[in-house]
Amino acid sequence: MKIYDARYILIGLAIFVALFTLPFWYNMGKAAPAPELKLDTPVIQQMAVKQCVLPKAEMRTGHMQMLNDWRTWVVRDGLRTYVAADGKTYNMSLQKECMNCHSNKTKFCDQCHTYAGLKVGSVPYCWTCHIAPKENQ
Amino acid sequence: MLERALTGDKRYYRWIMFLLVLMGLGFASYLYQFNKGLTITGMSRDVSWGFYIAQFTFLVGVAASAVMVVLPYYLHDVKVFGKITILGEFLAIASVTMCLLFIVVDLGKPMRLLNVLLYPTPNSVLFWDMVVLNGYLFLNLLIGWNVLEAERKGVHYPNWVKPLIYLSIPWAVSIHTVTAFLYAGLPGRHYWLTAIMAARFLASAFASGPALLILLAFLVKKYTKFDPGKEAIDKLSQIITYAMLISLFFVGLEVFTAFYSNIPTHMEALEYLFFGIHGHGRLVPFMWLFLILAIVAVVLLINPKTRKNEKTLKIACLATFFSMWLEKGLGLVIAGFIPNPFNELREYSPTIPELMIALGVWATGIFVLTVLYKIATSVKEETAS
Amino acid sequence: MKTSRRSFLKTGGIAALGLYALPFAGEVLAESDLPKAIHNPNALRGEHWAMVVDMQKCWKQQEQKQCKECLVACHTVHNVPEIDSIKEEIKWIWTNNYENVFPGQTDDFNTQNLLGKPFIALCNHCTNPPCVRVCPTKATFKRAEDGIVMMDFHRCIGCRYCMAGCPYGARSFNFRDPQPYIKTELNMKFPTRERGVVEKCNFCAERLADGLLPACVEACKAGALSFGDLADPNSVVRKIVSSRFTMRRKPELGTQPNVYYIV
Repeated sequence: MKIYDARYILIGLAIFVALFTLPFWYNMGKAAPAPELKLDTPVIQQMAVKQCVLPKAEMRTGHMQMLNDWRTWVVRDGLRTYVAADGKTYNMSLQKECMNCHSNKTKFCDQCHTYAGLKVGSVPYCWTCHIAPKENQ
Repeated sequence: MLERALTGDKRYYRWIMFLLVLMGLGFASYLYQFNKGLTITGMSRDVSWGFYIAQFTFLVGVAASAVMVVLPYYLHDVKVFGKITILGEFLAIASVTMCLLFIVVDLGKPMRLLNVLLYPTPNSVLFWDMVVLNGYLFLNLLIGWNVLEAERKGVHYPNWVKPLIYLSIPWAVSIHTVTAFLYAGLPGRHYWLTAIMAARFLASAFASGPALLILLAFLVKKYTKFDPGKEAIDKLSQIITYAMLISLFFVGLEVFTAFYSNIPTHMEALEYLFFGIHGHGRLVPFMWLFLILAIVAVVLLINPKTRKNEKTLKIACLATFFSMWLEKGLGLVIAGFIPNPFNELREYSPTIPELMIALGVWATGIFVLTVLYKIATSVKEETAS
Repeated sequence: MKTSRRSFLKTGGIAALGLYALPFAGEVLAESDLPKAIHNPNALRGEHWAMVVDMQKCWKQQEQKQCKECLVACHTVHNVPEIDSIKEEIKWIWTNNYENVFPGQTDDFNTQNLLGKPFIALCNHCTNPPCVRVCPTKATFKRAEDGIVMMDFHRCIGCRYCMAGCPYGARSFNFRDPQPYIKTELNMKFPTRERGVVEKCNFCAERLADGLLPACVEACKAGALSFGDLADPNSVVRKIVSSRFTMRRKPELGTQPNVYYIV
C-alpha cells in the first residue's frame, strides 16, 4: 500500500493526536490536593442533628439537579417550601437556605469545584448572580 | 465538489485572503463584545434592536429572492432561468448564513441559544423564524448541492429532490412573512403595526435580491467562463422593475394612511425618518438618499433602452440594492423604536466595534458565496466543455 | 453474513441513534418518589394581583418633602444597579411626567393641570401581555396561579424581543455586568442579575411568598400604593377600582394592564 503525501499526513496526524489528548497530559505532574470540605460554620455547629436537605451521597451527585428543580418550582410554579423525604421542610433558596448553613463557600463549595477544574465565574456561574456569603478571611 | 474552491487563480486567492482578514477582524471585535457585553454597541434601553437585527431583516429578503428564479423555472418551465437557478440558491445559502450569524451576535446570552430548541414556544414568532430560516438553509443546501452534483455527473438529479424544490417555493415566501410578523404583531410599535408589513418585505425582497443576483451574474460572466445568459438577466430585470414599483407604491400607501388619518402615533415614525422631530434627525439624509436612489432605479428600469443596456442596468441594480438596504437595513427597525413608548426621542447610532462585527458577518457571507460560486462555476465550465 | 457497506452504515446509524434513548429509559424505569414542593405556609395568595396608584396622595406627600421611598425600597431590595447612562439604565419602578406616561391622552385644555406632574411607572403585569406572547423560550411567562408576569433569568437568552413587544417601556436589559454598579446596600437574600438578560418589576413575588406586601407598597408613607387580589371582592384594590374612576396606560391596545391610576 502506498501512502500519498505521507509527510503531511503524518505531521497532521501527530498534531491531531497531541491536541486530542491535551486534557490528559496538560496537567501532568500537577496533582491537585484532594478537596477538604469544612463543615464547621457557626450555624452548623449549633444544629442538634447535623442534617442537610438530602443525604450526603445524594447531595454530592445530585445537588445540581436539585437546585435546578428548586429554581423551576420557585420561579415558574411559585412553590417555595421543599418537603424532604423525612417530612422536614426547607425554604428553597440557595442564598437563604443552603448558604445559611454553608456560609464558608471557599472552604466548602469551591473545594470540590476547583478540584474538578470548574472555573469560578464561568462554570458553575451561580455566584455571578446569587450573592456569595461574606467570609472573614 | 468542495475541492474546486481550493484551487483558483491569483485574483481568487487574494479575494479569499481579503475576506478572511475581514472575518478575522470581525471575530476579534466579537470576542470584545462577548467579553464586555452589548454595552459596546450603540443599542439602548429605548432602541433595543439596532444594526445587527436591521441587517438580518434586510438579508432575509435577499435570501428569499432565490424563489424569483426557482419558481418560474421549475413551476412554469421558463427555460431561460435554467443556468441561473444555482446562483440564486447559493445566494440564498449565503444570505441565510448571514441572517443566522447576525442573530447570534445580537444575543445577550448566545451560549443559551439552544433554549429556543429545548423550550419550543409556538406562540412566539421568533421560534418560527428559527424554524423557517434553518429549514430554508437546509433546503437550499440539499437542493443546490444535489442538482449541481447531478449536473457534474451528467445525469438528471434524483427524484426526491423535486418535491424539495416545490417545497422551497412557499418556504421562501414563509421566511420573510414570518420575519415581517416579528414586527407586525407588536401592539406597542405603531410604525410596524401595519397589515402590509409582510407585503412590503416581499416587494423589497423581490427587488433587492434579484438586483444583487444580476450584479453577481455580471461578475460571474466577467471572471469565469460561465455565462448565465442575457435572456435570464433580461427577464430578471423586468421582475425587478415591477418589484421596485410595487415597493414604492407600498411606501406611498403607508404615507397616505399615516398622514390622511392624521393620527399622531402613525405619523411620528415617518416624520422622524424623513424630516426629523425637534432637531432629532440622524436618519433623515439616509431616507432621502433611499428615495433618490429608488427613483433613479425606477426611471432606469422602466425605460426598456436603459434596462437592456448593460451599463445602465448595473447602475439601476446598484441603486435598487442600496435604496432597499437603506430602507430596510437602516430605516425600518430603528424607526420602530423612535419615539419610545413614553413619546421621548432617543436616537441610535452604531458604534465602531458594532460595525466591525457587522462587517465580519457580511465578509463571512460573501466568503460562503464566493466558495459556493467558485464550485458552481467550475462545474458549469467543465460540463460545458 | 453478506451485507454491503451501505446497508451496514444505515443499520449502524440507526442503532447509534437508538443509544439516545438510554437516558430516558433510566428515568422512565426509575421509581418516582418525588418529594413535594409546596407553598410557603404564610404566603400571601391571590389569583389576580393588581396595584392601584393614588397619585393625589403621592403629590400631597411630595409637597411636604421630596419623596422617593418606593423607588429606593424596590431597587434596594432587588439589588438593582444604578447605571448613570440613559441608554443603559436599569429601572424596575420610576417616575415620568403625565404626558410621557399617558402619551396620546393630552390636549390643550383638559389636562393642563397634569402636564409636567410626575407619575409612577412600572411593569403593568398585563392580563394579556405581549412580552409573554413573543418570548421564544418562555423565559418571561405569566404565572397561571397568581397572574404575575415573571422573569426566569436562568432561561433568558437576551434576544430582547420582549423589550420590543412591551408597549410601556417597562423592561431593562443588562448591557454590562451590573454588580459593580449596585450602589445600595446589598440585599443578601436576593440575587443580582447577570449581563445579557432582561429584567423588570416582579411584583415582589419573593416577598409575597413570605407574607409581605411589595416593597414599594410597604415603603410608601402616604399610602398611595395599594396592592391586592382583584379576584377577591373584599380586597382593597377591587373596592377602589369598582367604586371610582381609575386610568390605565394605553388601554386601547388590549393588554389589560393591572396597574390602575387615581389621578
